[in-house]
Amino acid sequence: MSQLVDQGTLTKKDFASKQDVRWCPGCGDYSILSSVQSVMPEIGVPKEKIVFVSGIGCSSRFPHYMSTYGFHSIHGRAPSVATGLKLANPDLSVWVVTGDGDGLSIGGNHLIHCIRRNIDLKILLFNNKIYGLTKGQYSPTSDVGTKAKSTPYGSIDRAFNAISVAIGSQATFVARTIDTDPKHMQEIFKRAAEHKGTAFVEILQNCVIFNDKVHSPITSPENKIANQLRLEHGKPMLFGKDNKNGVRLNPNTLDLEIVEVGSNGITEQNILVHDEKRINPTIHFLTGELDTPAALGVIRNVEGPNFEEEVYKQITKVKELKGEGNLEKLLNSGETWTIE
Amino acid sequence: MSQTKTVEEIETIELDRVVIRFAGDSGDGMQVTGGQFTTTSAIAGNSLATFPDYPAEIRAPQGTLPGVSGFQIQLGEIDIYTAGDEPDVLVAMNPAALKVNIKDIKKGGTIIVNQDAFTKTGLDKAGYASNPIEDDSLSSYRVIPTQITKLTRLALEESKLDSRSKDRCKNFFALGLMYWIYSRPLETTKDWIKEKFAKKPDIVDANLKALQAGYNYGITVEALPTYVVKSATIQPGKYRNITGNQATILGLIAASQKSSTPIFLGSYPITPASDILHELSKYKEFGVVTFQAEDEIAAVCSAIGASFGGAIGVTSTSGPGLALKSEAVGLAVKTELPLVIIDVQRAGPSTGMPTKTEQSDLLFAMYGRHGESPVCILAPSTPSDCYEMAFEATRLALEFMTPVILLSDGYLANGSEPWLIPSSEELPIINNHLIDPQKSQDEPFLPYSRDENLVRNWAIPGMAGFEHRISGLEGQEGSGSISYDPENHERMTETRKKKIKNIQKSIPPLEVFGETSGDLLVLGWGGTYGTIRAAVEELQKEGKSVSQAHLRYLNPFPSNFEEVLRSYNKVLVPEINDGQLSRLIKADFLINAHCLNKVQGQPFKVRELKEAVSRLIEN
Repeated sequence: MSQLVDQGTLTKKDFASKQDVRWCPGCGDYSILSSVQSVMPEIGVPKEKIVFVSGIGCSSRFPHYMSTYGFHSIHGRAPSVATGLKLANPDLSVWVVTGDGDGLSIGGNHLIHCIRRNIDLKILLFNNKIYGLTKGQYSPTSDVGTKAKSTPYGSIDRAFNAISVAIGSQATFVARTIDTDPKHMQEIFKRAAEHKGTAFVEILQNCVIFNDKVHSPITSPENKIANQLRLEHGKPMLFGKDNKNGVRLNPNTLDLEIVEVGSNGITEQNILVHDEKRINPTIHFLTGELDTPAALGVIRNVEGPNFEEEVYKQITKVKELKGEGNLEKLLNSGETWTIE
Repeated sequence: MSQTKTVEEIETIELDRVVIRFAGDSGDGMQVTGGQFTTTSAIAGNSLATFPDYPAEIRAPQGTLPGVSGFQIQLGEIDIYTAGDEPDVLVAMNPAALKVNIKDIKKGGTIIVNQDAFTKTGLDKAGYASNPIEDDSLSSYRVIPTQITKLTRLALEESKLDSRSKDRCKNFFALGLMYWIYSRPLETTKDWIKEKFAKKPDIVDANLKALQAGYNYGITVEALPTYVVKSATIQPGKYRNITGNQATILGLIAASQKSSTPIFLGSYPITPASDILHELSKYKEFGVVTFQAEDEIAAVCSAIGASFGGAIGVTSTSGPGLALKSEAVGLAVKTELPLVIIDVQRAGPSTGMPTKTEQSDLLFAMYGRHGESPVCILAPSTPSDCYEMAFEATRLALEFMTPVILLSDGYLANGSEPWLIPSSEELPIINNHLIDPQKSQDEPFLPYSRDENLVRNWAIPGMAGFEHRISGLEGQEGSGSISYDPENHERMTETRKKKIKNIQKSIPPLEVFGETSGDLLVLGWGGTYGTIRAAVEELQKEGKSVSQAHLRYLNPFPSNFEEVLRSYNKVLVPEINDGQLSRLIKADFLINAHCLNKVQGQPFKVRELKEAVSRLIEN
């Protein structure tokens, strides 16, 4: 997975299945699907070795619309199904498609352990901050006060930040992108594909029916310049009109502060430089927690021991030590005696 | 010693069988002692069966009743099928062990007690107001008080070990004494000690001395009778001792080899199934992948994912875990992937009694999923039968593309028996349902097209040109693509049911032990086999018209099942539950199966079965 090779003659449309796509008109999922299909010919994996695994929810219909192998499983369990699949055949490129309810509520346990193991899966979490398929209840990423079917007076429980959950689970690759920017999505998906280990990608996605415009403070044309912090490795964390604004680390409070370059004596030298390779996750965590502007791009990208590789290393080592398994020998092992 | 009966002259008595229970504190090494006595007896050619009884606590406070650990063995010159109803002999290492076990001991039986442990503190911990060795309470037993601790210390006077470590050798003193009483050689245990503690020569030395001292004590004290249990007529061949859980993993590995399908175990620790995870994890040289998941659901889902990838997915658990896995098992039913679910049953509901056995998950295995969701269900009948049935479970899962639930239980899992080691060549080749990408004609590929047994095609990621999607959503016949068509759903429900029914063609008919018709059939399933067999054999010898049949295939039932049931005037179904198989028989065949139920976390006793049969025949 580490080298990108040409997929030959395959194009985007070779990755579309014949199943009619049945998301609501205007749903953000369409552009995500289109971006994923666009990227597939470029990730250097033969089509038959690509598998999409999902749980339950609007986003989890995804595998049906891909012409690769796919497994639409049960609610919250896609990371577990994908883990078994990847362990059975480490040669596959396995993509998990999940949502904020599927991945962070019912399947939260699997998601964190999957990330902790750093098994080589690509996890795309479509975050629309609402339950769509069950027709509009608040989700674990809904902002406090969200008025939904189950919370007519506003939701009370605090929201998860998906990026923080991933970093807290010791993720080696964490990124965020948005459904309104196909070019950015494609770049992030390619980066995720290149990563060896669990690659966690949060996609801010719009639910046109139950939570329309929930991300517009970040994604809408009028807000995007002011409220998107586009991360680039090795570059200062600048944003806003003419890159006038920037992010500064306050070493005393360990806070990230939003500052204006040129005022109060602040120069570009004072702006934090994004380093996705930092081993210490503290600044990545702070970056993911930024609200406005929201950080987009690869937040964290470090190396770590890879679960399925370690599993097979151990098997190889045992085989070297004990020799290839012999059933007859195994049956006859332990303390035996002969009756004549 | 004052209350001990007058000891007659030394006698050597021949026994056709004897039941012995070793009991002590969980730190006293009773499982090792029992295990060694078992191996030595097996090598001496006895027929035997054993039953360990562990405390639930990892280390209950020393000397207390919950901390008592026991190991029972029945050995004989005649065929032995169970660990025995009532021990003839109890070795009690402390007052708590005596108190917990005395109610089970046969009246007139022998009790060897470690007199040194019957101190004020020891008696208090066990809740004895007065010392039972000295009062009249044990007058109906032959009590042999022995200063096991003191004599062990004396034997180890010259050892460099500290006194605590010396005291830990006292189980070998007790074992040595039992070897003398039952005329057994010490060699097997000596070799075992040397190998087990090879890196600790001081401990080897001390344990060997304690063992020999116990044996010599038997000779010198001249107060004890000795017994001989002659070799049984046993089929010649090479044997090993095996527990149900060990046999299960051997069956899985064998099936993996015979089907050329790699094995993947996704599991979460749970009593009494954890040994399956532990044991299988040792055999990575067979390419086995074992995955300790974050929970029961992840365990089964990872197994399903592995099956999707071309492995045989296995998950091992006990009742509470099976409950958690329900939804995922339904997914495997719908997607029609091979999956083996091993449920080592324990007493429920809820946490229940984790270390105690029960057969109460049969109806749950049968019906414990939403929707019409049939699975194949098998149950091994003895510890060594777990080998064959785990192999069968894997075979049927692969040949019929279906989840198979293997209902083992705590009694089988931890119980052990000598096993005539089979040759791996006796096993059939398993044909998994993988398509041959070179030969497949389908265009486009239809993952849910079926063969004559209604088994679907299995193509796996990596096979170019066979890309397809599977889903928990209902699928169109053939293509499997999402379908809400009412008639298709009914047809698919019927198809999934018929496929399971078709397994009947691939399993052996139900065999009967005894006459093929008569007054009464005792019908069992699972771990009750040995007890039923022993009871039926005795009843037949008494001239009663009683036969035995034991189901190892519970869904589907063998094709001749109803015919067998209808060949007897009455059918008795003993179960360690509140009547589950009997309910299935009534529902399926309208046959009035009589129930015999026991829900005490303990196996049946032969006596209980005999009484129930006699009652039923007479009425």
